[in-house]
Amino acid sequence: MAINVLKPGLSTTVQDLGRPGYYHIGIPTSGGMDTLSLAAANLLVGNDAGAAVLEAVFMGPELEFTQDAMVAVTGADLPPKVDGQDQPCWTAFKVKKGQVLSFGFLKKGARGYIAVSGGIDVPVVLGSRSTYTLGALGGFEGRKLAAGDVLPVGQGVIVAEGRAVAEALRRGPGAPAELRMLPGLYWHRISEQAGKNFFEDTWKVAPEADRIGYRFKAGRPLDFVPRTPPFGAGSDPSNIVDACYPYGSVQVPSGTEPIVLHRDAVSGGGYMMIGTVVSADMDLIGQLQPHTPTKFVKITMEQALTARADRRKTLEAIAKALA
Amino acid sequence: MTTRYTFGGDEHIFVECSEEMSLEAFFKGMSITTALRNANIKGVTEICPANASFQVRFNPDIIAPDEMMRQLKALEAVAQSAPSTLNTRIIEVPVYYNDPWTHETGQRFRERHQDPTSTDIEYTARINNLDGIDGFIKAHSGAPWFVSMVGFVAGLPFLYQMVDRDRQIQSPKYLRPRTDTPRLTVGHGGCFACIYSVRGAGGYQMFGITPMPIYDPNQTTSYLRDFMCLFKPGDIVKWKPIGREEYDHTVAEVDAGRWQPRIAPVTFSLEEFSKDIDGTNARVMEALNGH
Repeated sequence: MAINVLKPGLSTTVQDLGRPGYYHIGIPTSGGMDTLSLAAANLLVGNDAGAAVLEAVFMGPELEFTQDAMVAVTGADLPPKVDGQDQPCWTAFKVKKGQVLSFGFLKKGARGYIAVSGGIDVPVVLGSRSTYTLGALGGFEGRKLAAGDVLPVGQGVIVAEGRAVAEALRRGPGAPAELRMLPGLYWHRISEQAGKNFFEDTWKVAPEADRIGYRFKAGRPLDFVPRTPPFGAGSDPSNIVDACYPYGSVQVPSGTEPIVLHRDAVSGGGYMMIGTVVSADMDLIGQLQPHTPTKFVKITMEQALTARADRRKTLEAIAKALA
Repeated sequence: MTTRYTFGGDEHIFVECSEEMSLEAFFKGMSITTALRNANIKGVTEICPANASFQVRFNPDIIAPDEMMRQLKALEAVAQSAPSTLNTRIIEVPVYYNDPWTHETGQRFRERHQDPTSTDIEYTARINNLDGIDGFIKAHSGAPWFVSMVGFVAGLPFLYQMVDRDRQIQSPKYLRPRTDTPRLTVGHGGCFACIYSVRGAGGYQMFGITPMPIYDPNQTTSYLRDFMCLFKPGDIVKWKPIGREEYDHTVAEVDAGRWQPRIAPVTFSLEEFSKDIDGTNARVMEALNGH
């Protein structure tokens, strides 16, 4: 079975749960920006939670199916259509051989996850089917989809049409979006007042927001604790001797615009990081549109672990309901 | 040199071995990360050594963050007694210095540079009191370099010059990063050299280009069939200055699948190096002869 890509959308890539284990040589985790929605889409169509899906950002693709398949679209409110007929999000629906799956305008969120029964069957590279475009690795020929691509699809199982994820289990960012963060790393480099301002201010997602990282603006610049630059760090007060960047870490080059590194992160560099967005909230970032007002919320490790457990329970509840 | 431990969210521990760069700081990180790898702690998912620091990723559902921290700190003591000796390899990397492609790119982004009227290589030669481009090439390629980190993007090595600190070439990054850098550019920022493994954004000064691919996701390059990235931390690099003719020839040979880099096994001892830098470098570089 295959899918013909008639129109690719803005930047549609093949993603699964990611490619851990190679960060030490600069190959990022990749995988879906919102893996909770990605897993839910898979479970709806009877796939394993970690099967490869399509991640479409802001605009959906147009896909022609060469065989019958079950499809689900989760994450952003990106309304699917089959031969022009509206279909619900977060719900399994059938696409028959020869029919075309297309999408209406994005209503909410940023990234839609399109799961197809059987999963997108591109080759596994370093343990994952995820696309890392900067390194031209994995996914469909290491790049975003283009018109004329033919996507291989695996053999699926039969599930009932109309299965849906309950509203209460569909998680998305609020208004303003709140990203919980554990301060640390080079937090000591900024002044106490700058630290207070950082959590008080309402930031806005900048246009430079992609799979590598999300940049935020409109907050007050951070000032630094004075120092003599350590050898090898560089002269800017935000410079450090090039180090690893944790996934989710918040770096603030020159103290002006925080950047939260995401799935296709550069694995290291020379800017100090003031903390890390906790694992439970990384999915939310994947659904932020440019200009979205955003607050960083300071939490403790204990709270981070509770948030992590809550996220896991949500996923377990989805899996249980669809089992 | 005080080791500083800090959590990076609920999934990472970040360890700064020293605020400033030195081979001692690198080796401290190397011995702790080696001890950690050997300890085989359940729940550890990534161990990433860096220049003067390292990072550990773990699954907090398998090992609690505080327990992970406790075990890691305990390893520091074990690692301290480890000898600072490395069985590694030296790799010769041909470089076409002052090449037309990085030159063209440098000119395109000139307004982002400290000195818009000169080139990256002329500027760096001047601020390091080196005798023009020739003096720069001599200083840059005269001593070996140590791969102290791999990252930023896939397979990109950061290299630390194996000379006294007062002889190390230093150069600031561009005032604002470029949006383009040719693939396989030999760059420099702060005290670090690098080789850009892929084309893309970058802020390092650009000195030249190597014809030798160091990252190949398709693994068709003859020497990257086993693994797509060439470098790993601890590798030693010797730059070999080449001209246009050898550059073009090497590119053609690489494309035809006939080219192999010169690589030789060496041992490196930090103690020996600290006592006799030039002697150690001569011994290390000698290993390339006959290979």
